[in-house]
Amino acid sequence: MQFHYTESLDIRELPAQPLEHIAEEVLAAANKGWRMVGFCGLQDHDDFHHDLSLLCLMVEDSSGMVQAWRSPMLAPDASYPAFTPRLPQAHWFEREIWEQWHITPQGHPWLKPIRFAPPLYDQHHTRPLPADTDYFTVTGSEVHEVAVGPVHAGVIEPGHFRFQCAGEKVMHLEISLGFQHRGIERALLLGPTAQSPHLIECLCGDSSIAHSTAYAALLEKLTGTAAAERGQILRRIMLELERLACHTGDLGALAGDAGFLPTSAWNGRIRGDWLNMTALVCGNRFGRGMVCPGGTVHDMDEALCDTLRQRVDTIYKDTRGALDTLFASSSSLDRMHGTGSVSRQTAQDIGMVGMAARASGLPRDARFSFPLNGFKEMRASLRTASTGDVYARACIRDKEIDDSVAIIRSDIELLRATNGASCCEHFPQSLPPHRLALSFCEGWRGMVCHIAVTDAKGRFALYKPVDPSFHNWLGLALALRGQQISDFPLCNKSFNLSYCGHDL
Amino acid sequence: MMPTALPFWCSFALALCAAPLLPGIINRVKAKFAGRQGKPVLQLYYDLAKLLRKGAVISTSTTWVFAAGPVLSLATVFVALPLLPLGGFASPFAFQGDFLLAAYVLGLGRFFLILAALDTGSAFEGMGASREAAYAALAEPALFLCFLTLAGLGADEHIALHLSLSTMFTGTPSLAWLEARPEVLLLPLVLFLLLLVENCRIPIDDPNTHLELTMIHEVMVLDHSGPDLAFIHYAAALKLWFFSALLAGIVVPAIFSNPWVQLAVNSAAIAAVAVLVGVTESIMARVRLPRIAQLLGGAGALAALALMLTLIR
Repeated sequence: MQFHYTESLDIRELPAQPLEHIAEEVLAAANKGWRMVGFCGLQDHDDFHHDLSLLCLMVEDSSGMVQAWRSPMLAPDASYPAFTPRLPQAHWFEREIWEQWHITPQGHPWLKPIRFAPPLYDQHHTRPLPADTDYFTVTGSEVHEVAVGPVHAGVIEPGHFRFQCAGEKVMHLEISLGFQHRGIERALLLGPTAQSPHLIECLCGDSSIAHSTAYAALLEKLTGTAAAERGQILRRIMLELERLACHTGDLGALAGDAGFLPTSAWNGRIRGDWLNMTALVCGNRFGRGMVCPGGTVHDMDEALCDTLRQRVDTIYKDTRGALDTLFASSSSLDRMHGTGSVSRQTAQDIGMVGMAARASGLPRDARFSFPLNGFKEMRASLRTASTGDVYARACIRDKEIDDSVAIIRSDIELLRATNGASCCEHFPQSLPPHRLALSFCEGWRGMVCHIAVTDAKGRFALYKPVDPSFHNWLGLALALRGQQISDFPLCNKSFNLSYCGHDL
Repeated sequence: MMPTALPFWCSFALALCAAPLLPGIINRVKAKFAGRQGKPVLQLYYDLAKLLRKGAVISTSTTWVFAAGPVLSLATVFVALPLLPLGGFASPFAFQGDFLLAAYVLGLGRFFLILAALDTGSAFEGMGASREAAYAALAEPALFLCFLTLAGLGADEHIALHLSLSTMFTGTPSLAWLEARPEVLLLPLVLFLLLLVENCRIPIDDPNTHLELTMIHEVMVLDHSGPDLAFIHYAAALKLWFFSALLAGIVVPAIFSNPWVQLAVNSAAIAAVAVLVGVTESIMARVRLPRIAQLLGGAGALAALALMLTLIR
């Protein structure tokens, strides 16, 4: 069933179709350019012990349409013919289905846990040990295996990487995650509660605004409430500030990994300046407690608008200087060119999203395809590159920094011209029953997608946050194929995917 | 009358004492470029003092080779360093062909560090050891071409001991560039690149990185701790002094009649080399690993060109 992304759907109206039939339709849609945003189990009963069905969701970027399919009720431990062999972008979703709901996609080429998490609806199950699994191995003379992590040399999140190398060349990289699994999905079930917004905010700490905006937009769609206009503008300003801070920090870190001192040193400071602007508006450097259903908690008065505008101008100048130094350094450019390429075809096949997908030439940006609450007016254009290498990803970030500043500048003017409160006054306390809705928000890393289905009492029977990292980790693994193992840190940093956003 | 070897021994003592200053100078220069204050110039002295007071943790899976690595790497530098005409004064140990001993005794130290790295059985250290061995092998011909160029100049002038480092880096050969032999000035370029390679500096290796997968030298010594690590750091500082002294030996002619002025000018040149390393590290990114071979090939070609140009005359 198709519907526009701004609408919600009565889940009871969604007809059950056999999974074989769904597979054909999904495949046909994928061939027309639709991409999978969700494929998961759904039990809209209170006790969560029977009546499990699978819910599959795809979107089309050009039209903003969503298509939903639902399978008939499946017996516990049921199986179905896997989509993955014909539709690689379902790869991670089907592994998740197998792990979370114990439904087996038969014929899945590489079926193993993605988070080493217990089944979603059965928390008494003991948790398997993360990374304790069989890895793909290559044998032969001169082939060796390098295991990195989960404890890394830098202060970063835990993840385990297995390289199969022939000399310095990587033949295969397998990434095993799950160390950051905190059970957020489980904690969100039967919500929303007073705790829910805070869980969402710390779902992926560097994308707090993106995730909390997606959450707020989802609740607005479910209840059919429009967010306050000022709130919508403020959300976008905060989202762009988040993007600026992360892109600046990552480009600095990229320079650091390449051993290019100036940009590495300057960007560390400049990232802090961008974060401080977020703090200026909401008192918190990571934008926590800023976005709420109906709008934003904090508003900006005339004086704050002036200060922000002035600071943006100053810091943008610094940022530009630091980045121009990086892009003028031939040794840095040489290091980035041709390193860790992901072809457009590969990116499309595995369903990559966000900045990494745009670097490979896919025009995927939720800010343009799925504007928040249908709020369109934006002073920027969709940026794409074609080479899909570290350089392309750096260039996309570089251009998006310019765009973000332009958006913030025009939005500050828009904010001055808009009256009213930043948050609508009476946001409904309860959600309507049996509704399905999706919300999309383009975080700095890529499209954050939240999917919710309410049960008969208007509580979350399903709340599925899908961080862009969920789609892109495989892209990183493929980017390393045939590359030098010493280029891994640079590739990794150019994606800078989230461990906790993936592990939930 | 002053014993003739006294200025040399003073220079040697200076090298032993002041070598840990060089990394401090490099770090200060880098900090200036980064807009930071930077750590104290004497930081390595503090680190060495701290490490020497600590115990060493030695993995049970290693053998005596692991413990021998740091000691031998320091001992070999101690042997190689006095073969150089430090401060511009001929070494009392000079003999025909001592450049071979100096180069290979340093190679022996590296060989044992590589063995110690392999002894740990770690995938990272094995990778670092393989890289270190590969780039050292490529650096060796370039170094010898430099030595041969200088030896050739000495041979032309019928100087005794023209195959010793003391002759190559003092007196006629090193003065040659002042006497219408500009091709000799190619050698400092080559030697500077070799210095960067041998001492694991950017753009070859990044001494500050925490990323094991990209390291060359640093990853080899990850398992060493306490006094062993102190030996490695100190040996690395002395090696940096060794290569800086080679550079200074060519650029600074031994023409000062007062030995103390000579020593001061030479030491200033060594400090200047450290500054130059700092500047290089501040304005360049690392090259990707396969490019290092090309860089070294280029260095070898330059050295060969210098040799040919000196032979044609």
